[in-house]
Amino acid sequence: MLLQIHEPGETPLPHADERGLAVGIDLGTTNSVVAIALDGSPAVLRNAEGSGLVPSVVAYSEDGSVVVGKEASKQLLDRPETVVSSVKRLMGRGAGDVKALAGTLPFVLDEAAEGGMVRLKVAGRSLTPVEVSADILRALKAKAEESLDGTVGRAVITVPAYFDDAARSATKDAAKLAGIEVLRLVNEPTAAALAYGLDNAAEGLYAVYDLGGGTFDISLLRMEKGVFQVLATGGDAALGGDDFDHEVAEYFLAERARELGEAQITPDEAKQALMTARLAKECLSSRDSGEWVIEVDGRQSRHVLDRNGFEALIAAEVDRTIELCRNVLEDAGVQPQDVHGVVLVGGSTRVPLVRRRVAEFFGKEPLADINPDEVVAVGAALQAEALTVGSDTLLLDVTPLSLGIETMGGIVEKVIPRNTPIPVAMAQEFTTYQDGQSAMAIHVLQGEREMADQNRSLARFELHGIPPMTAGAARIRVTFAVDADGLLTVSAEETTTGVEQHVAVKPSYGLTDDEMAQMLRDSMEHAREDMETRLLAEARVEARRAVLAVRSALDADQDLLSDDERTAIHAAMNGVEEAVAGVDRDAISAAVEALDGATRSFAERRMDRGIRSALAGVSVDRLENKVEGRD
Amino acid sequence: MNQTPEVQNPGAEVTPCWSCKGPVAGRALFCSTCGAIQGPGNLDHFTRLGLPRRFAVEQAELDRQYFGFQRRLHPDRFATRSPREKALSQVQATALNEAYNTLKDPLKRAAYLLRLSGRKVDVESAGTIDDPQLLMESMEMREALAEADSVEEVSRHLSEAEANIADSHKDLAAAFAADDLDEAGRLVTRLKYLGKLADEARQRRAKLAAMK
Ligand SMILES: [Zn+2]
Repeated sequence: MLLQIHEPGETPLPHADERGLAVGIDLGTTNSVVAIALDGSPAVLRNAEGSGLVPSVVAYSEDGSVVVGKEASKQLLDRPETVVSSVKRLMGRGAGDVKALAGTLPFVLDEAAEGGMVRLKVAGRSLTPVEVSADILRALKAKAEESLDGTVGRAVITVPAYFDDAARSATKDAAKLAGIEVLRLVNEPTAAALAYGLDNAAEGLYAVYDLGGGTFDISLLRMEKGVFQVLATGGDAALGGDDFDHEVAEYFLAERARELGEAQITPDEAKQALMTARLAKECLSSRDSGEWVIEVDGRQSRHVLDRNGFEALIAAEVDRTIELCRNVLEDAGVQPQDVHGVVLVGGSTRVPLVRRRVAEFFGKEPLADINPDEVVAVGAALQAEALTVGSDTLLLDVTPLSLGIETMGGIVEKVIPRNTPIPVAMAQEFTTYQDGQSAMAIHVLQGEREMADQNRSLARFELHGIPPMTAGAARIRVTFAVDADGLLTVSAEETTTGVEQHVAVKPSYGLTDDEMAQMLRDSMEHAREDMETRLLAEARVEARRAVLAVRSALDADQDLLSDDERTAIHAAMNGVEEAVAGVDRDAISAAVEALDGATRSFAERRMDRGIRSALAGVSVDRLENKVEGRD
Repeated sequence: MNQTPEVQNPGAEVTPCWSCKGPVAGRALFCSTCGAIQGPGNLDHFTRLGLPRRFAVEQAELDRQYFGFQRRLHPDRFATRSPREKALSQVQATALNEAYNTLKDPLKRAAYLLRLSGRKVDVESAGTIDDPQLLMESMEMREALAEADSVEEVSRHLSEAEANIADSHKDLAAAFAADDLDEAGRLVTRLKYLGKLADEARQRRAKLAAMK
């Protein structure tokens, strides 16, 4: 047993905190939460009233000012056309997707907008969901900096496990716009498991049932001694507690229409009904019945609802979540009784029907001893600390949805199946179907359905320059790589000739690089400064690494150098250290290059010696023993 | 990735460390001089996970090795490091995942072992069954499943397929232990269609259960 927490290569760098404090952010549909962990103990950042929940609501005014949170929620009633809520539901969505949801969303879409990404009309502006999310993140960052009295530059941001590639990219773009470096996108249920497992030293199979405002995730994890291994995950990115509100609101509106003899529902009435429905849901979670009044333009309607009635309204949605739980267990080949514990996450799990159905399905009372609204942010904070300071815990996550390519006849050929551990790279070979075909269109899809048009289209690109061959002779190898954030890169290569094309997939519904650059220019001045700071910090990390490497080499092999050579190398090292102390990025890279030049012949001599020892059978064994020591 | 693995004499070569430029053994994860993470190299899956190259693999041992290597190589350990180190850790973790995925599934593991011995096996595609006995068995089971129209009946076929799968795993271990690669190849084909049959049975059962 090797009792080493940090490997030689992973000792935290000194001054790593020049990029600011690292926090965990749960960027939710209804509410967002920020937490920070110091020395392994996490704390949720709270306002003066003790609440850690910041409503994910943004109010825009004509003068260009932006208000986020409770203050913005207050404007929902008076000036609804200036307020955006539940924007998470639109992340990574195209105009076409959103039309399908028309009527269920509290948004005014900008129909005139061009490009793939949906735009909202707010207070005379046309905004993408990425920009609105960036405004929320900016406000969260500012609030956190105020309460922590320091710069917050980096974060672990959580996303629903079932978020597709486009929605994940959109989230990362939003952070970039807000001047936050994303240390990692972590899946919400996985973050919750981390918070839960570390707190309770849980071991065995656990299910995390995460019903948020707009998304549902169910993940099955194996937890043991600091390892959190996700076995399978499932969910619905468009199913959440908001849907309960909509069911109740529709019921109220139908009652109101009968009572008042109205034929048409005004947008104001719809908004009022939705807010009343939310209150009713919360009330009926602890009480058996209640009565509510909806008043718009002086016209009142009264509504009585008891818990049975409420449960009948939302039964279909809850059934659907249980169905998804069943699928995930099936995927993992696990029976409900094998699951040691079920963790509840998300405010919507306070609804008694949800708890009852979950308990019934898994055959045990679910666990909710960490506040279900805060547990995700707590896990994110723990992970942010683990990523910056170092840790012995390990999160192993999976791809939530299969990734594939459209082939002949519109059928999807899967390249990476769902629930594959990430990071992952997999390749599939395709061929041409016409003689002399010189290009091939590649359509990247995400989802479980058989036909391309039933899945989510992520990107299209073409591989050009295939040399003329008979049909079926070309070997086109398409490689999909998913990184630890769950983001996809695709490359294609004709292997018989080596014609190659690497394409970092920019999702069809994402922002183009130009749009991103424009937004960065448009966003507040300090966002640009943040970017410059980050590039400088990166150059410093690299320069310090280079100096440390040379220092280690000197420790090992300095007998290979004459005094003059040693002096020259030390001078070059000093040069790098001086440059690092300054703020000139070009000077830093020039100094690193000079160090490289000063050590070139030293490196050659070290290699010679290494190869000679290896041939003599000495050094290699020494190296291997050292690197093969296992935990 | 699905390429045929090249087996090398592990550690026989010495390559320069990208960071300090000094010598590093071919299969080293970290440079012994400067500590920098190295590339994954071209190792077979067993060597990569530090396991003996054989069919019999203890799941607990495989997990322990996999977790141990991921603890040191996973991108989460390099989140604040230079882009080069981040990229190398991603490639290392990807290679570990590929090895783990292949070795933890007995069918994939068997097919991989056969490929290492120079035999062509395709685990993914349906392929054709040229063994007449296997062909008969497969057709009979398929027909029986197609006729089953209740959850209970489908479940019975599923347990039968699962029992056959478990038996084939045992036979496979025996075949590899006896170095009978022909028999191992036959069992891999059998496992392939049994796996498909079990999948179909599960889907059918879910469909029937949903209709109730
Ligand atoms: Zn080195």
